[in-house]
Amino acid sequence: MVDVPVSCRSREYPLFKEKDVKILVTAKRVEDPESKIKVKPDGSDIVREGLKYKINPFDEIGVEEGLRLVAKHGGEVVVVSIGGKEVQEQLRHALAMGAQRAVWVNHTGALDQMGVAGLLQKVVEKEKPDLVVLGKQSIDDDQNQVGQYLAEYLGWGQATFASKVESLESEQEKSKTPALQVGADGKTVQVVREVDNGLATLECQLPAVVTTDLRLNLPRYASLPGIMKAKSKPIEELTPEKLGVDVTPKVQVVKLASPPERKAGIKVPDVATLVDKLRNEAKVV
Amino acid sequence: MLHGYGLYEEEHEAFRRTVRAVVEKELKPSASQWEEQEEFPRELFTRFAELGFLGLKYPEAYGGTEAGELYEAVLLEELGRCGSGGVAAGLGAQFTIATGPLHKYGTEEQKQRFLAPAIRGEKVGALGITEPDAGSDVAGLRTTARREGDCYIVNGSKTYITNGVRADFVVLAVKTNPEAGRKGLSLLVVEKGTPGFSVGRKLKKLGWRASDTAELFFEDCRVPVANLLGGVEGQGFPQIMGNFQWERLSLALGALGSMEEMLEVILAHVRERRAFGQALSGFQVVRHRIADMATAFEAARQLTYHALRLHVGGEYAIAQTSMAKKVATETCCRIADECLQLHGGAGYMMEYDIQRHWRDARLGPIGGGTSEIMTEIIAKQLGL
Repeated sequence: MVDVPVSCRSREYPLFKEKDVKILVTAKRVEDPESKIKVKPDGSDIVREGLKYKINPFDEIGVEEGLRLVAKHGGEVVVVSIGGKEVQEQLRHALAMGAQRAVWVNHTGALDQMGVAGLLQKVVEKEKPDLVVLGKQSIDDDQNQVGQYLAEYLGWGQATFASKVESLESEQEKSKTPALQVGADGKTVQVVREVDNGLATLECQLPAVVTTDLRLNLPRYASLPGIMKAKSKPIEELTPEKLGVDVTPKVQVVKLASPPERKAGIKVPDVATLVDKLRNEAKVV
Repeated sequence: MLHGYGLYEEEHEAFRRTVRAVVEKELKPSASQWEEQEEFPRELFTRFAELGFLGLKYPEAYGGTEAGELYEAVLLEELGRCGSGGVAAGLGAQFTIATGPLHKYGTEEQKQRFLAPAIRGEKVGALGITEPDAGSDVAGLRTTARREGDCYIVNGSKTYITNGVRADFVVLAVKTNPEAGRKGLSLLVVEKGTPGFSVGRKLKKLGWRASDTAELFFEDCRVPVANLLGGVEGQGFPQIMGNFQWERLSLALGALGSMEEMLEVILAHVRERRAFGQALSGFQVVRHRIADMATAFEAARQLTYHALRLHVGGEYAIAQTSMAKKVATETCCRIADECLQLHGGAGYMMEYDIQRHWRDARLGPIGGGTSEIMTEIIAKQLGL
């Protein structure tokens, strides 16, 4: 007698989705924006004792957008972070939000934007995503460079500062539809981006690099089932050596200093005085 | 890495971050307004259901997540930080005292009818024990339920019932056999709209103002026998006692959250506020008072976590739970008072949050069994 094997697959046959997309997102560990940052007296670093850390808010928006795209098209969201063991906390956060897998580049020394983009380039070449979505900048040093460098290194198209046409309070936002539109053939992505005088819509060939602005979406909370599931999701460990990237920084931080304290403002009695002061004292009009 | 005093694990802390974000974004900004209106939006129940917060310790079969009591403990601590004792109490009553007995003792049919919709946030629940003449002395309750055919005829009244005004059902303590003392007690689920059940005025309170607290009246109110919790008469006393431990722990845990919040507020205040040419934090008298507060808070936290650890380990830790409830809620009151004092004149102003903490904290040593009752329980446990 021959046993007929029973498939281990779910009884429900998965419906065809429009197009599977593989999306790589980032999760940089940054100081909690709510915490008060103090510079060390010698200017070598900030005071790190007692600081809380979280995922870079712009990256979190990237994770959310990746999850929405995959919910619509099918596919996979892979999250990557670079740093010591502690960045696993940010990776687990993205996994708890719903990302399927994580890649951890274990590196504890200093890194500059070229180093980060170089490491991400190798991860991208290994993972071969259709789309890389990352924060337009991280809120610690606010450089706004990695996305652009990465696109250049990969030779891919880029769309920075992705935003949304409708309000974040809109029904569409509440129904969690993605703001990035992947073309029906799966070969292009449409991105609305913020520019000085309004919104511009770009179409990019895939694969591409997109960086997120603040008004792209409202990231979901990590739900309890999500937190539980994140426990068993895989985190692959890589190192700069394994990826073959020399991360010796080309940029060195010479000194950190706090911005000068703002002087208290003054109240003016009327518009005429205001205009006068703007014209003659501040010389801005 | 050791998280949360060897009690909480990494996942609990991840869940804490989620709850804290919800509290910061969705509760705190409106806390003052809701307190002023003496009501919070009913939609908060559905919102909390959507987030899975109303069914953390209940089985998946009824829409819960079965994550366990430690997750609910995290939720209770973080809710204590929302700045509105009333919001924390109204939402907390839903998942601690109103649904607790249903889950533990309800029949399958009762769980489907009441527990599941409460976890979904569709039905608001309340627990009705206290009466004008009896509270912790449950054997002295006077509300009666006389069996007549397939109904109970309920007569009597209840008071200080959290969620009483908008509750869709009340888990009501009644005497099914008035002569039998504590063995004559039963719990009966009474639905809103049942003829003979009326809600009196919404009570005005010193604190917890955003929660609705009501008097309930029952006059020849006919409740189907099918609503007898567990389907067996005379089990009310153990059914009430069975959930008291969690109720008391929940009040202790809420006090911890509230104390943590107040300490953060006062630390920021004394660093910013200046007098006689320096920040308040420069004065030894202020520094030492805050150090003492932090010490008292830590002691209360350790005792509460000790009781919680015993409880989730399956122990009936009645003495430790009573000690934790007494110490945590009383310490919370003292810290609120000290923090108000350190605010100086501002502490007496309604526009500062500290006055609300001070008013809200005062409920702690009263609700869920007074400090005096806690002390008596501890004495009994000592064999006195």
